[in-house]
Amino acid sequence: MSDITLNASAKVAEAAPRSAPISQVGFVGWMRANLFSGWLSTAVTLLLAYLIVRWAIGFVDWAFINAVWSVPNNQTQACRDLRGTGACWAVITEKHRFILFGTYPYEEHWRPALCIALFVGLYIVSAMRRFWRKELALIWVGVLTLIGVLMWGGVLGLTYVPQERWGGLVITLILATFGLALAFPLAILVALGRRSKLPAIKALCVIYVELIRGVPLISLLFMASVMFPLFLPEGMNIDKLLRAQIAIILFAGAYLAEVVRGGLQSLSKGQYEAADALGLSYWQKTGFIILPQALRLVIPPLVNTFIGFFKDTSLVLIIGIFDLLTAGKTAIIEPAWQGFGIEVYLTVGAIYFIFCFAMSKYSQGLEAELNRHRAR
Amino acid sequence: MSQTTIDPRSLRAPPRRPLRLSWSDERVRAIVWQILVVGIVGAIVWWLWSNTVHNLEVRRIATGFGFLGREAGLPIAENLIPYSPTDTYFRALLIGLLNTLKVAIVGIVLATIFGTLIGIARLSKNWLLSKIAGVYIEVIRDLPLLLQLLFWYAILQGLPGPRQALHPVGGVFLSNRGLKLPWIEWQDAHSYALLAFALGALFTWFYRRDAIRKRILDGKPRPVWPVALGCLLVLPVAIWAAAGAPWTVDWPELRGFNFRGGLNMSPEYFALLLGLTTYTAGFIAEIVRAGILAVPHGQWEAAQALGLRSGQVLKQVVLPQALRVIIPPMTSQYLNITKNSSLAVAIGYQDIVSIANTTLNQTGQAIEGIAIIMLVYLSISLSISLFMNWYNARIALVER
Amino acid sequence: MPHFGLFLKRALGMAALGLTLAVPGLAQAQQAPANTLDAVRARGQLICGVNTGLAGFAQPDSQGVWRGFDVDYCRAISAAIFGDPNKVRYVPTTAQVRFTALQSGEVDVLARNTTWTLSRDTALGLDFAATNFYDGQGFMVKTALGVKSAKELEGATICVQPGTTTEQNLSDWARANRIRFTPVVIERLEELVAAFVAGRCDAYTTDVSGLAATRSAQPKPDDYLILPEVISKEPLAVGVRQGDARFADIVRWTHYLLLSAEEFGITQANLDRMANDPRPEVQRMLGKNGELGKMLGLDNLWAVNVLKAVGNYGEVFDRSLKPIGIQRGPNALWTTTGGLQYSPPFR
Repeated sequence: MSDITLNASAKVAEAAPRSAPISQVGFVGWMRANLFSGWLSTAVTLLLAYLIVRWAIGFVDWAFINAVWSVPNNQTQACRDLRGTGACWAVITEKHRFILFGTYPYEEHWRPALCIALFVGLYIVSAMRRFWRKELALIWVGVLTLIGVLMWGGVLGLTYVPQERWGGLVITLILATFGLALAFPLAILVALGRRSKLPAIKALCVIYVELIRGVPLISLLFMASVMFPLFLPEGMNIDKLLRAQIAIILFAGAYLAEVVRGGLQSLSKGQYEAADALGLSYWQKTGFIILPQALRLVIPPLVNTFIGFFKDTSLVLIIGIFDLLTAGKTAIIEPAWQGFGIEVYLTVGAIYFIFCFAMSKYSQGLEAELNRHRAR
Repeated sequence: MSQTTIDPRSLRAPPRRPLRLSWSDERVRAIVWQILVVGIVGAIVWWLWSNTVHNLEVRRIATGFGFLGREAGLPIAENLIPYSPTDTYFRALLIGLLNTLKVAIVGIVLATIFGTLIGIARLSKNWLLSKIAGVYIEVIRDLPLLLQLLFWYAILQGLPGPRQALHPVGGVFLSNRGLKLPWIEWQDAHSYALLAFALGALFTWFYRRDAIRKRILDGKPRPVWPVALGCLLVLPVAIWAAAGAPWTVDWPELRGFNFRGGLNMSPEYFALLLGLTTYTAGFIAEIVRAGILAVPHGQWEAAQALGLRSGQVLKQVVLPQALRVIIPPMTSQYLNITKNSSLAVAIGYQDIVSIANTTLNQTGQAIEGIAIIMLVYLSISLSISLFMNWYNARIALVER
Repeated sequence: MPHFGLFLKRALGMAALGLTLAVPGLAQAQQAPANTLDAVRARGQLICGVNTGLAGFAQPDSQGVWRGFDVDYCRAISAAIFGDPNKVRYVPTTAQVRFTALQSGEVDVLARNTTWTLSRDTALGLDFAATNFYDGQGFMVKTALGVKSAKELEGATICVQPGTTTEQNLSDWARANRIRFTPVVIERLEELVAAFVAGRCDAYTTDVSGLAATRSAQPKPDDYLILPEVISKEPLAVGVRQGDARFADIVRWTHYLLLSAEEFGITQANLDRMANDPRPEVQRMLGKNGELGKMLGLDNLWAVNVLKAVGNYGEVFDRSLKPIGIQRGPNALWTTTGGLQYSPPFR
């Protein structure tokens, strides 16, 4: 074999195995295929690259180079002198604890901070597939109770903090998480009800779902804040946060019910028939056969719906509940700090983004994984 | 519990027997449970209702929609039809509804265009374009809409005042009072021309349908464009010219505190429109992308094999098929845009929620005010759903 | 199919039952608001609806403690009932929810710069107990604008809070003076002020006291000018639920007590000495003589408790409103300087 090669190379140099032209492979080739494949593509690439570079330079200038990071005791003149050429991050330096924890007593800030950590931990544990079993419900109950104890206090030597003083990120997490935890069972019942063959039940569930989905969340929140007190018997009163929470649960319930219904519908009829053939009762059939499969199918859309609620909790701003966005807005009310909205909104936006992006990536990964499993 | 469907189980089921008043009869159980659930739900509703009635009575709160005829006294900045604070609450609410529709309809059109472009950009072979579209979609979808609205509003508020307005092109002014554009002075002739255009468009549409039908029958191509040109351009222009061809441009100019004349787009409306459009476009882009990807690759290849150009492939082969996947989720995005326009209240655009909110505040008619808001949105949602269902049924007909 | 219905029903039924049980469980049961005094006593706390944050009237300080003119009224009522000014829970209420909050019993008393009008008095299920502050609506502009009178505001953009009497007054005034304006309406006061400061509007209109408060809070108050015109009457009153005359009396007479105390020169500082004042009305007021407190259903020493807690009207005013540049004006005593504040006799 070696002599053949030798001969060949000696005779015809062209026959030697050649690598592809440099313009077809490697980095250059990739650029040619993906960035400069035609005159239009080239023009688009150059234009976009120019815009990105310009914008990036402008942003770096504004956000880092010309920025003011801190000012002594509310003397914001240094910031105002920038006249928009640089960011005033001093507003964040000054107000970050207010934005995160609202009016919670200053020396007790470790409690909401711990709660935020617990929430994050809870999300991470729930995201891991090895924890997807019945005990997870117990973990949720336990952690949520612990969070309640931490926030309220009044036991174990913790000072009592009335609910009016809670605020910031922890309120956002509470509204979203408790909303999901309580809306989920409701959604399952409604989804089952909507697929029921009993006309009265079905009608009730359809009316509920369509009514809620037809109106904006704001109108439900208004209802909770303005009308709800009139619904209750005289002398009975529900706290403002709890009322908003109920509105969010009712809202989330309708949307989640549709997601769950999607899962129930996508199960093949054979599953139902097989369960019937085994002589299982309705509840056994639903609990052991149908729901475990259907819920597994809808986890990705469920996470997406949850991202939606997480963002929607910011609407409580309109009825004056102190969530993350409200705290951010309130931070720039003080006259000394007025006019630095963009810095605060970017920061608050970054916090929302971190949570939503993580969940969104998780949901995409999960979807791919589940699809791979189904494709087999 | 109709037995009209041929269910194998129902075939196996024994013949219908008389209802036995026993717990072991499933029909009895079904009826009992239904009555029980409806009873419980009904009882809760009745309980809430009677509480409300009692509370209203005890607290001596007036009820009823009589307040709609009273003088509103609330000033409204943007109105499509004439309005003054001496008008009734009913008219004020009508203005609010029109303002909602104004932002929702324009938002739907813009978001569809913008979203489709981004969706296609996401699928572009140009890596940079595709990545930028991807980053845009991810970022915009992961931030609360309300935050985005506030952000845009803060930026618009940061613009210079009317006396130092940005003035990029003649007649265009951008200041913290909004965007001012020159606009023609509207006269009757313009209305007639517009009417003629609308009728022309309708006629063209029917003509085109007829032409296609005939072409399918005999295979002869019938060009549509001469008719379209006549109906859409020549006729309106002729009518406008016949009415004296009025053409006065209304230039915005700084007089006193503000700009007078021209077309005004307030910062509130602008921020809301911008926020709704960019936010919803992120979702629409994903829908469009998924729709296009759902068309099997073979369709592309077959169309290319027929010798169609790539633009034709997209327009004639892929999009019609993708549309079937796109329409249902698009409907819910249109519903979302309409419902999300209610966030206007946070930035001071006077939509239906904002005006109903003010009304219930001034009159104290909380229940009526919220009922109006909900009714309006339910009607809008229902209309959009019906229209999109009709459209969906139409394009789905092609399928056998 | 048989089990289908059965279990679904059972599940839904249980859910419904759970809801009916849970809702009252979660709610804090309170006594019927028909008798507010008993309810407040049983709760051991007065719930006071205040502004979400208006300098001078109600604002949490940096320790989160509520302070201000309206807040002192809450403290005074608490002192009248419990003898302790700190048994108050403050519920910040927006302009929108303030009336429902009172109607529903969420708050016992509304001390939240609310203008007393006929339609509010009759249709909203509340009674106004006492006007604690006479105000009027005015305009504020930036000095740089060069405007000296409200009449020059033709064509201006004006920031106004929706759903308040302010909005309607503005419309009436503009119509009467043939002035066209573009409104900018934003529900939250702070955002409205921010819009005005950012230059979104040429003028900002609200009660003169509110204008003064806003102006004094700005880094450079001299950049802003309050125009001389006052276009409306705004009697800001403390509201209670309709149909509870007894509680309304307590609120009303607490206000009169503050006025009378100023009239007789009783202050927080000289209260102990004044207890021996020989004037008969002072003796009756401070519970040395007669049973005026008992007649209100309160401790006979209620007045001493109130004055010890907050001082007289002038002291309350000077503590909160003077620092932000509000003059006594119409809120001076009728008896001394011909103002509008006037107390019926303690007899």
